[in-house]
Amino acid sequence: MLEKRIVVCLDVRDGKTTKGVKFKGNVDVGDPVEMARRYYEEGADELVFYDITASAERRGIMREVVERVAAEIFVPFCVGGGIASVEDMRAMLLAGAEKVSVNTQAVLNPEIIDQGAKAFGNQCVVLGVDALRDEAMPSGYRVVIHGGRTVTQRDLLDWVREAEQRGVGEVVLNSIDADGTRDGYELTCTRLVSENVSVPVVASGGAGVSRHLIEVLRDGRADAALIASMVHFGGYTIPQIKADLAAAGIPVRRRIGPDTG
Amino acid sequence: MEVAIVNYEAGNLRSVETALRRLGYEYRIATRPEEVLRADKVLFPGVGDARAVMEVLERSGVAAALRERHAAGDPILGICVGAQVVLERSEENSASCLGLVPGTARRLPGGEGLKVPHMGWNQVRYRADHWLFAGIPQDTSFYFVHSYYPDPADRSTVLAETEYGVRFASGLECDNLTAVQFHPEKSGEFGLRLLSNFLAH
Repeated sequence: MLEKRIVVCLDVRDGKTTKGVKFKGNVDVGDPVEMARRYYEEGADELVFYDITASAERRGIMREVVERVAAEIFVPFCVGGGIASVEDMRAMLLAGAEKVSVNTQAVLNPEIIDQGAKAFGNQCVVLGVDALRDEAMPSGYRVVIHGGRTVTQRDLLDWVREAEQRGVGEVVLNSIDADGTRDGYELTCTRLVSENVSVPVVASGGAGVSRHLIEVLRDGRADAALIASMVHFGGYTIPQIKADLAAAGIPVRRRIGPDTG
Repeated sequence: MEVAIVNYEAGNLRSVETALRRLGYEYRIATRPEEVLRADKVLFPGVGDARAVMEVLERSGVAAALRERHAAGDPILGICVGAQVVLERSEENSASCLGLVPGTARRLPGGEGLKVPHMGWNQVRYRADHWLFAGIPQDTSFYFVHSYYPDPADRSTVLAETEYGVRFASGLECDNLTAVQFHPEKSGEFGLRLLSNFLAH
């Protein structure tokens, strides 16, 4: 049986991991490569790195981080943030990432999805999408970009379906309302997207306790759950979260190496 | 020992390379038939469209080199698309494949709650006591990303099986060729162990 994935997210700014609340007030929490190694050893099923560097040197810095991560961790990882062209995608894939994630740039220029999928295969192109609850929209959710700072006229479901048609192989759905709150994932939104696309959906934003993951993987129908605060400074370890999920009947990968028999 | 990693332009080989470096093996990226012919072990990884992969392999002469190595009983490990194009054909764009193992690569049926591509960690049940899985517990999970699966014509070539809507051959063995549908280079410490088992065998 396919297991539910626990994806650990690291926001990287100027080569350091940071964590914000509702996309604001970021604080440094450590070296991304060191953290990635620790999460790999603990049994993270996948990692995501978002480059939130604002400076012009961003690409060089991130590329170096990706190369160092690739040399040390042997589970899949995705890189996002500032990917604006097929060349940006290629640079990250060649540096060792399995997948690249597009968000704002894909809304502004949807063709980048078609181009990336054609050049590297659908499985390499991930759609990151930030959703804001909005009763005025047909699906009840509006797409926001620029890390939540700019609202668009796009309906969430309409956009995700278009992105799937264009060739994304996975969707990372982040709820702006829930992000960083540790109050739980946006279950209705996650379920809505998961039931309306045929590619895997990774739920993001709001995880604070194991119960939140259980809810989103079961009731929210997510294929994977993204976590950050919980393990960066929430007092949780990945084995602990997975034990809680397994106890709730959710299939997870717990045998991760010779020592775990 | 010289290990060749077959490169057919489409695939990202970085993760296989870094895995080999971690395991302490020298390797060479092989794009020409002579590089495939002289290596001690051949790793044949891959992502991409089966038909596009086959076009590059046939045009470069690497397909002929792989057939020659297989006929001579030399060690080859196919990975992912590399485990599909060793068959005779693929349903993906009706591709004609290498024909090293009788059978067809078929599209995953998907269905209720079963998304395609099959992406993530899934359990692998392998033929008991097989050297490729030495030191790896039965039913260990490996990382998969694929929309097609190997459907060998001869049951005796099934080395491992995985369940995803269908029970499919996630591992193949035919003479000295072994192939896995999952990505050992992305399957944590047990994945590294599998690669190391192949290289040390």
